[in-house]
Amino acid sequence: MTQGALPLSIRGLHKSFGALVVAEDISFDVEENSALGIIGPNGAGKTTLFNLIAGAMSPGSGKINSFGKDIGSMDARRRCLGGIARSFQVPQPFSGMTAFENVLIAAAFGRGLNEHAARKFAIKAIDRTGLGGSSNRLAGSMTLLDRKRLELARALATGPRLLLLDEIAGGLTEAECRDLVSLIKEIRDQGMTIIWIEHVLHALLAVVDRVMVLDFGKIIAQGAPDEIMKDPQVAAVYLGPDSEELEMING
Amino acid sequence: MSKSALRVAIGLTVITAILAAAPWFAGRADLRLIGEIMSYMALAILWNLLAGYAGLVSVGQQAFVGLGGYCLFICVIWFDFPPLAAVPLAALVAGAAGAIFAPLLFRLEGAYFAVGTWVAAETVALIFAAIPSLGAGAGMSLPTAAVKAIASSRELREWTVYWLLLAIGMGVLGGVYLLIRSKAGLALMALRDNPTAAGSLGVDIWWTRFWTYLGVAAATGAVGSVIFLQKLRISPDAGFSLNDWTAIVIFMVVIGGIGRIEGAIVGTLIYFLLRELLVDYGTIYLIVLGLAGILVMMFSRSGLWGIVERRLGWSLLPTRRLRE
Repeated sequence: MTQGALPLSIRGLHKSFGALVVAEDISFDVEENSALGIIGPNGAGKTTLFNLIAGAMSPGSGKINSFGKDIGSMDARRRCLGGIARSFQVPQPFSGMTAFENVLIAAAFGRGLNEHAARKFAIKAIDRTGLGGSSNRLAGSMTLLDRKRLELARALATGPRLLLLDEIAGGLTEAECRDLVSLIKEIRDQGMTIIWIEHVLHALLAVVDRVMVLDFGKIIAQGAPDEIMKDPQVAAVYLGPDSEELEMING
Repeated sequence: MSKSALRVAIGLTVITAILAAAPWFAGRADLRLIGEIMSYMALAILWNLLAGYAGLVSVGQQAFVGLGGYCLFICVIWFDFPPLAAVPLAALVAGAAGAIFAPLLFRLEGAYFAVGTWVAAETVALIFAAIPSLGAGAGMSLPTAAVKAIASSRELREWTVYWLLLAIGMGVLGGVYLLIRSKAGLALMALRDNPTAAGSLGVDIWWTRFWTYLGVAAATGAVGSVIFLQKLRISPDAGFSLNDWTAIVIFMVVIGGIGRIEGAIVGTLIYFLLRELLVDYGTIYLIVLGLAGILVMMFSRSGLWGIVERRLGWSLLPTRRLRE
């Protein structure tokens, strides 16, 4: 496959807010049907990177290509139509509307369909995330897990080819987290390209085939998950040298 | 047509029919009051569409009321238009003004946008006040011949204007309801609840806001033209009054419930109820209105209709898309 048609190819991406550099010379590719995990301490620039990819922010400099198109100057809407969908770290439901209406909007506008034609896709997406039974409930009154599922259902309803998940497992109980991981695995296995930012490492590592570590807006390491988890630099920056979780993961 | 839409259609038709027959059983003062309620209901529904749904908090809607009014007077006095034919033209002119303002104002956000709309409206008012052939600051009156062209007798004239106000009020209500039930309505509700998410799910925020602003400007212009057709006189102070055409309207929508069509209707009725009840108490009336506004903002951000909707689950104008 040529580099131009990759789901995502980023070169020399730079973004700063005044003196604060939040993305510095970031370059990486994401292959079709792969799952990339992004980790890093709070404030490392992970969500900023998603905002840059999804079009919620415009980059200072650098190139963002997706499926052969330069999307760097497109707004969020056009990137969505181009096949990029995201879930928000803090769920952003349309609170005054039902779960079904939330997903219907995504299917109608993300795919450019009329309401009638969009219903079919909305129903498929909402059932897939296990929210089917709560379709007619108000999004604003849902539990955190259901709102996270709704984020995922909306993203899927737009018919994406590249799915950006921002800390979708954060704040969930162990059991809820397991359910969500198996759902994301299923989506990945059906051929979706995924980039996933996550602090809940065991959830992330169960799904992704590559991990990238960000710190102060820079990529400090990337590679296979087990390699990265053994990298002493990553351990020092991200988890602290004596992290229990790291020991647990590395056995 | 779905069951809920059919119920609304029947309900609105019955109400319109009863109100249309009002000249035969209601007095002159009552007709004037109902007509005024209709014009304010239209303005409130339109402002709510703009601020409550599209997130465009305008405090400059008086620009379009005044433009609509002036347009009617100019058409009638300068070009001998029949007054009723000038109403659609007023909508066209106000819509065109909206199309010119929008690209400039949309560069501003939030409070800056609000101030920008106010400045734009003041600018339009100052321009009209500076044109001598429009009577400058003093304004102008409709000539007797033109007034007589509406209808031969005074009674019939008053009825005609009343029916016109009724048509515009109910027309705006029905039109906005249909809009919210359409795909554009989904975009507007998405914008109301969460613009960030709307954009990332493919909703075209700029154009949705543009067409809303333009449509609201045009309809507001039409309302303005009929309001001043009834008054028979227009001046820059009256036509472009911030207080009459925007401040009161904002009050109505806020106490009724912003972001719901019912909210604008309920707010209009409450305003007129308070006004009629307190009419003998002078300035106390304004104090009570202000207090009511503050209380609602403190205790129910979704207005009085929001409380009804939450507690009782009522919906007079259902727009829900249910999954069967």
